[in-house]
Amino acid sequence: MVDSTQFISGAIAQTGRIAGLHARLMLIPPYRWLANLRPLPIGRTLLFALILFFAAWSLPGLWPLWLVLAILLAGVAVTGRGAVIALPYAWLLAFFLSPFLIVLKISFAEIASAIPPYTPLFEILWDMEIEEAYLSVKLNIYNYLFLLEDDLYINSYLSSLQIASVSTFLTLLVGYPIAYGMVRAPVQYRTMLLMMVILPFWTSFLIRVYAWIGILKKEGLLNLALMSTGIIDEPLTILNTDTAVYIGIIYSYLPFMVLPLYATLEKMDESLLEAAADLGCHPLKAFWVVTLPLSLPGIVAGCFLVFIPAVGEFVIPDLLGGSETIMIGKTLWAEFFNNRDWPVSSAVAVILLLLLIVPIVAFQRMQENNAKKEA
Amino acid sequence: MMTAIPSGNNRQTTVEAWKDPSQEPYIRLENVTKKFGDFTAVDNISLDIFKSEFFSLLGPSGCGKTTLLRMLAGFEQPTSGRILLDGEDMSKVPPYLRPVNMMFQSYALFPHMNVEKNIAFGLKQDGVPSPEIKTRVDEVISMVQLEQFAKRKPHQLSGGQRQRVALARSLVKKPKMLLLDEPLGALDKKLRTRTQFELMNIQEETGITFVIVTHDQEEAMTVSSRIAVMDHGRIIQTATPTEIYEVPNSRYVANFLGEVNIFEGRVAENARDHVLIQSQEAGCTIRADHGIDAADGATVWVAVRPEKMYINLEAPDDPNTNCMTGQVWDIGYLGNLSIYHIKLDSGTMVTMARTNKERVVERKITWDDRVYVTWAPDAGVVLLS
Ligand SMILES: Nc1ncnc2c1ncn2[C@@H]1O[C@H](COP(=O)(O)OP(=O)(O)OP(=O)(O)O)[C@@H](O)[C@H]1O
Ligand SMILES: [Mg+2]
Repeated sequence: MVDSTQFISGAIAQTGRIAGLHARLMLIPPYRWLANLRPLPIGRTLLFALILFFAAWSLPGLWPLWLVLAILLAGVAVTGRGAVIALPYAWLLAFFLSPFLIVLKISFAEIASAIPPYTPLFEILWDMEIEEAYLSVKLNIYNYLFLLEDDLYINSYLSSLQIASVSTFLTLLVGYPIAYGMVRAPVQYRTMLLMMVILPFWTSFLIRVYAWIGILKKEGLLNLALMSTGIIDEPLTILNTDTAVYIGIIYSYLPFMVLPLYATLEKMDESLLEAAADLGCHPLKAFWVVTLPLSLPGIVAGCFLVFIPAVGEFVIPDLLGGSETIMIGKTLWAEFFNNRDWPVSSAVAVILLLLLIVPIVAFQRMQENNAKKEA
Repeated sequence: MMTAIPSGNNRQTTVEAWKDPSQEPYIRLENVTKKFGDFTAVDNISLDIFKSEFFSLLGPSGCGKTTLLRMLAGFEQPTSGRILLDGEDMSKVPPYLRPVNMMFQSYALFPHMNVEKNIAFGLKQDGVPSPEIKTRVDEVISMVQLEQFAKRKPHQLSGGQRQRVALARSLVKKPKMLLLDEPLGALDKKLRTRTQFELMNIQEETGITFVIVTHDQEEAMTVSSRIAVMDHGRIIQTATPTEIYEVPNSRYVANFLGEVNIFEGRVAENARDHVLIQSQEAGCTIRADHGIDAADGATVWVAVRPEKMYINLEAPDDPNTNCMTGQVWDIGYLGNLSIYHIKLDSGTMVTMARTNKERVVERKITWDDRVYVTWAPDAGVVLLS
């Protein structure tokens, strides 16, 4: 264990002493691992932080472990390269890892009528008879098994993934022409078009989704318009169906698709299309063989930015979807607020995260590869 | 070295089609003007280029060479005027249907394809069977000496290698007309000379019409059947390399190609077979062996190339020989040549070149010598502008 006072005095002293301290700390494996950290060995960092966090959170007396963690990160920061690496890791730790670990912890607890409504994982018990204290560790994996038992959860996951994939694809179909049109627009209009894509963000997300209710309901604007122009006789039932959910997701996440696409398309050299035409390639074909492959990074980025939040979406299926629209966000909400079953809803959340981590890691791998290719 | 470089105007294949009125031009530009907003990039150019010509565009940066090529390739439409290719008006023909390939000044290589795929792209569009694509691609790859780099992506290549890929990509289709925008600028001298030969060979074998932009005058002189010298969107002179060099039509052209001494003067006597020009700059009356279209007293300029002048320690015998006096100011030794800078008594500096036939240690004329600078009446050319 590193003596915390030693670190603090070391930090206050000159850099020379810090370097000395660094050299000594390098003898301690965990510190050495961290100090030798290269960008993105996510697995190792996660594991390390996980262990530390569990210990720190569960045993209130062990708060100094947090300090150790901070020291190690600071130690990483002392080495020149580390300073750059440490910041994103600290960010990850504070805003992603901590909440995740809290949820993870609750997912292993048992429901209880208490505040908060679950049992503690670790308890120090005092056995009266043998007059000894012992540490009770209770990891309840039943919450996870329960998810397999009830079809509702598996169906929610599958339906969420399906709705998210389909709407991501549709968003791509809608977003690509928009981004393409923006790039081809005269330069003086581009900023304005970009503003128009971002403009909806200036209104509350909730209000915009509510507005869609007004548009899609039976006597809503859409039906009114279609009926008055005589295209249909009977009002369409769109609200409270999956279609409404698709519309809602496409509408809400369109900017996340358009912006990365715009960024990649704008970088593309227009003379490449001229070169293709010069070599006898029809413009429509040139789109497939030149524009599309070159905008692939933008497509991938946009799809992830839409797919990942869409999987866990709650507001849109809740407001626009019907009772038969099941999505994991809705299920989770019901578990948490209606059943007040924190442990099961935490387990739902953890599994959801794992489902999403796979594409995120795949995405990062791809970006790494791209970065390598660029170099 | 000199014998190894065939001069374009010596080549047998180049029948001087532009002198034959019965010949139809392959490309005809009729009063072509291109404006970008208020700016005129190409200004009322009329030009005929004939089949199998090796036509060079020469001119300072920004004079409209690329714009002219882009109009031929179909990427820009003339603001006014017409472009005819093989007698057909090109204004309605989109770039992908023109029998023309262009090599872009910026190369415009496809970044997601390797060298091989980049070069094969054009053949694929034409539906050439893949074994043939393979042989033809391999052929040009070896011509531009890129065998080791065939599998690399453009960003893994050096500037000169990229340029060769771009050149290969435009050559491989063997179109009717090739537009090359500074095709060899990034190559070292040896590779450039070699590639010039290759281009001339291709041209001779296939009869492709070449239009090439270059900043290298020596290259233009070497490869071209004709050269057009441009300035500010206009063509100042179109002629064979010899004519451009020997008989420039203006000070601009004379200065643009090679070194030249220019003396301003007034016409003193203008006969059919000779003209006498009173020049203060030269400090003498200059005699030229050709008549000019100018009135007595008009201001004209006499251009004389450095290698056409002689220096002597004695005055010449022939009274018709133009002769100026001065002092050797500076001598530059270039190996095969020595460049003399002579300050005339009139104050004008004159540059003249002398081949180093004798060893330098025996140089008879040296710094600060008083010398006579002479040139024959048929060596200079009188310019009206
Ligand atoms: N798309 C355009 N919009 C506005 N001006 C242009 C455009 N393209 C070219 N120009 C202008 O037209 C002029 C001629 O350009 P061009 O590219 O033909 O020159 P160039 O002779 O090829 O020059 P360089 O030798 O430097 O390549 C330049 O002044 C340039 O700024
Ligand atoms: Mg140019």
